[in-house]
Amino acid sequence: MAGVMADFGNFTHAVVRAIPSSLAKEALRMNVSDVDLEKAQREHEVYVGVLKQKLGLEVIELPADESLPDCVFVEDAAVVCGDTALITRPGAESRRKETAAIRQILKELGLNIVDMSDENATLDGGDVLFTGREFFVGLSKRTNQRGAEILADAFKDYAVSTVPVTDGLHLKSFCSMGGPGLIVIGSSEPAQKALKIMQQMSDHRYDKLTVPDDIAANTIYMNLPGKGHVLLHCTPEEFPESAKVFEKLKDHMLIPVSNMEKVKVDGALTCCSVLINMKAKV
Amino acid sequence: MTTEVGSETEVRKEPEKAEEQPAAPESEPAATNQTDEAKAAEQSANDHPAPATDSAEAPAEAKEKQEEAQPADNATPQEGEDTPASPPASEKKGISRFLPPWLKKQKSQSQVGPKESQAAPKEEAGVASVKEEDGEKGEQAEAEQTSSPTAAQPQVEEEKINGEPKPEQKEEVKSEEKEEENHSTGSADTQPAKEEKAAEESQEKSAAEEENKEAEEGGEEKKDEEESPKPEGGHSFIKSPLKLTKKVKMVMCHVTMLDGSQFPCEVEKRAKGQYLFFKVYEALNLLEKDYFGLSYKDNADQTCWLDPTKEIKRQIRNATWQFAFNVKFYPPDPSQLTEDITRYLLCLQLRQDIVSGRLPCSFVTHSLLGSYALQAELGDHDSGEHRLDYISDFQFAPSQTKEMEEKVVELHKTHRGMTPAQADAQFLENAKKLSMYGVDLHHAKDSEGVDIMLGVCANGLLIYKDRLRINRFAWPKILKISYKRSNFYIKIRPGETEQFESSVGFKLPNHRAAKRVWKVCVENHTFFRLMTPEAPIKAKFLTLGSKFRYSGRTQAQTRQASTLIDRPAPYFERTSSKRISRSLDGAPMINVTEAQESAPTSWENGREPGLELSSDSKSGRLRVQGENIYVRHSNLMLEDLDKTQEDVLKHQASISELKRSFMEATPEPRPSQWEKRLTASPATSLRLQAQGRCPPSRTQEPLPDLTVDTVAKSADDKQKSGEAAWQAAEVEIEETVVVEEIRVAPKGSVTITTPEVITHVAVESEVEKPKDEVMEEQKRPVSVSSDSEEEEEEEAGEYHPQVTVSASVDQIKEEPEEEGEEEEEQQVNEEPAAEPLPEPVVEVKAQPVPAVVEENSATEPQLAPVAEESPEDILVTPDEAPNGHAESPEGHPGPVALEEEEEEEEPRVNGDASHSETERLPQVICCSEPPVVKTEMVTISDTFAAQKTEIATKEVPIVHTETKTITYEAAQLDGSGDGEPGVLMTAQTITSESLCTTTTTHITKTLKGGLSETRIEKRIVITGDSDIDHDQALAQAIKEAKEQHPDMSVTRVVVHKETELAEEGED
Repeated sequence: MAGVMADFGNFTHAVVRAIPSSLAKEALRMNVSDVDLEKAQREHEVYVGVLKQKLGLEVIELPADESLPDCVFVEDAAVVCGDTALITRPGAESRRKETAAIRQILKELGLNIVDMSDENATLDGGDVLFTGREFFVGLSKRTNQRGAEILADAFKDYAVSTVPVTDGLHLKSFCSMGGPGLIVIGSSEPAQKALKIMQQMSDHRYDKLTVPDDIAANTIYMNLPGKGHVLLHCTPEEFPESAKVFEKLKDHMLIPVSNMEKVKVDGALTCCSVLINMKAKV
Repeated sequence: MTTEVGSETEVRKEPEKAEEQPAAPESEPAATNQTDEAKAAEQSANDHPAPATDSAEAPAEAKEKQEEAQPADNATPQEGEDTPASPPASEKKGISRFLPPWLKKQKSQSQVGPKESQAAPKEEAGVASVKEEDGEKGEQAEAEQTSSPTAAQPQVEEEKINGEPKPEQKEEVKSEEKEEENHSTGSADTQPAKEEKAAEESQEKSAAEEENKEAEEGGEEKKDEEESPKPEGGHSFIKSPLKLTKKVKMVMCHVTMLDGSQFPCEVEKRAKGQYLFFKVYEALNLLEKDYFGLSYKDNADQTCWLDPTKEIKRQIRNATWQFAFNVKFYPPDPSQLTEDITRYLLCLQLRQDIVSGRLPCSFVTHSLLGSYALQAELGDHDSGEHRLDYISDFQFAPSQTKEMEEKVVELHKTHRGMTPAQADAQFLENAKKLSMYGVDLHHAKDSEGVDIMLGVCANGLLIYKDRLRINRFAWPKILKISYKRSNFYIKIRPGETEQFESSVGFKLPNHRAAKRVWKVCVENHTFFRLMTPEAPIKAKFLTLGSKFRYSGRTQAQTRQASTLIDRPAPYFERTSSKRISRSLDGAPMINVTEAQESAPTSWENGREPGLELSSDSKSGRLRVQGENIYVRHSNLMLEDLDKTQEDVLKHQASISELKRSFMEATPEPRPSQWEKRLTASPATSLRLQAQGRCPPSRTQEPLPDLTVDTVAKSADDKQKSGEAAWQAAEVEIEETVVVEEIRVAPKGSVTITTPEVITHVAVESEVEKPKDEVMEEQKRPVSVSSDSEEEEEEEAGEYHPQVTVSASVDQIKEEPEEEGEEEEEQQVNEEPAAEPLPEPVVEVKAQPVPAVVEENSATEPQLAPVAEESPEDILVTPDEAPNGHAESPEGHPGPVALEEEEEEEEPRVNGDASHSETERLPQVICCSEPPVVKTEMVTISDTFAAQKTEIATKEVPIVHTETKTITYEAAQLDGSGDGEPGVLMTAQTITSESLCTTTTTHITKTLKGGLSETRIEKRIVITGDSDIDHDQALAQAIKEAKEQHPDMSVTRVVVHKETELAEEGED
């Protein structure tokens, strides 16, 4: 192994899950919206395709579960860092069962499984921002203090700081990592405020990349052997101004990925996969 | 002076008095109780109000004797030190200082009695305390005198500490200073003596102190004072003519080394910590010793650091002479250590930390670190020799599983070929990244009584609740560290959008715990943030409270010293880690996890179970409010330390560049760097106001001496004088940034609206950083001390981490003690060790901003509450007060004294700040979350018609922004405006920021044809999400401008609105 806190962004595997048809009608959403199921499924296929073909990750696709309309958003069900996988207890009651399948597959992959058994704890993976050096956990509608504590317990090497999320669904609804030490952040006031909190709480220095649209700040960063910095981000069709911002990242392989439909049910790019680095296993 | 003989304790307690008196007569028999003798001598001296000089001489002799005798046989040094300082003692101290020397002497006699005997008149007691200190010093001085000729002190420091009170003390202050000087010089003169001698001296000193302390249960406080190497006058007087037989009592110390072995070391009973340190370092052959320290367990089983400058016995009190050698300051980057042996020791410490659970790690990390430890100790894995069980003797984690051991072995195999030194280095490279690396945890409660942990580390103070980090205060963010009773306070520098400092208070289990945290903070701050340790506080006048300061070398210094290390790598043996498990008990360990469970039990002094923060209000200062705990500081802390530690990533460059050039879509107009620097000044003034401190207009003359003298005169009323001294001492050099533009204003008008100012500055870390520094620099002078002093009866320990070294004045708060608890205040001059100071682009002038302060208080009463200090604290200097509101009736052409104008103007500027409704918000955790979509700029300028053409708002349009500009021109025009540029007399720009508004005021005074003309141009940038009614904003701006400057006319108003285009739907 490369040591503590190495290989940020280096992933070998990805776990994804298909979109159930129940998503269109039953998936949770903060704003009323109609989802075009077929379009969403096409979108998701492209997304998976990028991970698989373009990036060469080993993608494990779980079948959809019609009884779990939100099951495509696997990120919320588990937090994987290094060789440890924390199986969450999603804040939304209706999503609690999503974790079973994820747990199963992660266990099969050989990860150390940590369960969040505390009845009082809730945590959505979407509230967990791992920067490579530490965790920030958004305290949101879906995640509470107890959940964050358990996460801190599961990943003892890292500092875990809490960040109030007053607006939006998750912490990562307006931010994500765009590279080592680079936080992509939305320009809304809540987003900026959260960033400042994170910066204050951290012993490390982060650069920031501000994009006009909050949701566009949700990107997927990877550092893959042979490919270098890779960033999956919004498409110009969705957020033209934000997309322009990303184009300034000269060192990154930029891959615009459409997320127009899933975003209607509050699904961001990161939500749809759990990334794993099996090489990190000691 | 006196060494405490075994009997000392007894003697002191009651017999002291008896002995004391007799002591004087008994010149020689005192062999046993040297201290007593010394005291007696002092007493005798005191008894005789005779001039100090006489006494001084006598004492010298006594000292010699005493010194020799010191080492006597006090095998069991159990002194009352441990006992908490009794309030009376503190009072004594306070009072005593004010008292003239002769009084002190008299009191000193009483001292001995009261200390242990109990009842002594307060004054006497107070005097006594003084005497104690003085006596100590005097003793020390004596010792020095006596010893100096014979024995040279190895360390100058000690000598200094010991301060020789030779000079007569006419004025205490002066004398003290002199003494110090003398000491220093004397020390310099002294040849490198053997530590023993130094130790003796120290012992002598300490002995005297001890007695005092013992008497006073508040020993801690006294200790601090004593500890602080401040020579106190009057001691010299007290020289006991007693002759002491030379007996050196030796005590056996046991030091648990990092490898688990025991290092026995015989020291004189009176030896200072330094001596033992030296012995240990010597035994280890360690040069980079500054990262290490010796710890011991106090009676409460709390781990404490042995202060090198103090006598060991007085520190450990009743505890056994059992110490542990530990890392005290964890180097953030161990690879910068020079020697392998240092790294090795650090590894050993970390292994202890890990096994004890103090440094939590994941399974993988446990395994990895364990494998490096194995490699370092055993070398390459030998499959033949090393069976799996070879590992079971080692401990890698608090709870070790077979699985982990297998993993360790597996990893061990991969380290083949790695030398022990390399393995250590790898170990450290990984360990240093752990989030709890080098974090010293302390149980505490927040203002709401919730159990939390305070983590002191190289970067600052971390706040944990359970395992979660809930807040962090980097050193640069902290203005003051103080403790009082069992409370620990930090004063926070306001963020960029905040106007006021805030205090955060924590409740520690007891007074000692509070003090311990305070000391650790002081030490860590000094070690990691300063270039050089802060000079010990000179007892300028009436010094109470702890003078404790970190006296060792700072990291910067030790690094520098390390570069000079020129020796072959010392051979050292890596001992078996098996021992480590044994030695664990000694290691101070607190697990975050345990915090909750164990915390509650430890709240000893049940007196204030609830937060007694309220008690502070007595003094008229509304101090720590519960809400403050969660104060968020939007100001980004960017420490340079991080830089070095962080890898500088290539892409950063490109990113930052990109940032600059491009996006930073943040619509809110940001002041340019240049402007930001200016920004600080008003903020400072505001802060001052908040604190109710009067920034004396005399700020420019930081003549503490003078003030002290004056104060001394009024020594009658001790308290008052104390306060006065206080203020005097606190006169801080407030530096307001005044930019003088010595140019001829074009058309006689100055417009701020230079593109520079308006330009959106992408506030990237790069930009901010310098700003941050600037802020620090300029703001630092704010001393908080005023709060506590006033009527506070308790001593407070304070420490003000200040960034700039030069100008800062150490503020010593002196407060009469009430309950014998100290509060220590210390202002820390922080020289950002690694941080390059911002280029002095802006000339910083000391400027009296008093006017501003008052103005603010008047205009913005609502802000006051935010301030921790109640308005009562506000001391208004006569001259200042009037100015506050006075707005000179000279609008444009008014021939008014320039000075007056300036003063007037400043207040106005600040007044504008009141526009922002959200000023307080920044301090509350949950702030409003208006999207920063729209920006509106209101510019009110006094420009003349001629300037119409000038577009005030050169807002650089952002791509997705729509702008709108409304200009209002007053009908009246000043005819003279255009043609003659006039001579620009002064120009200043002041910027104040709050969350949603940025107010920039530019004031220029121009002399035209004999008329002076003042123009005030204000730029108010309002940032908010809500739709702003332009007309209303305009009207409001004009209205306010008129209100604020009734005598002036508004000539032009430009409203510039910048709105971000509708965002794409997001949820």
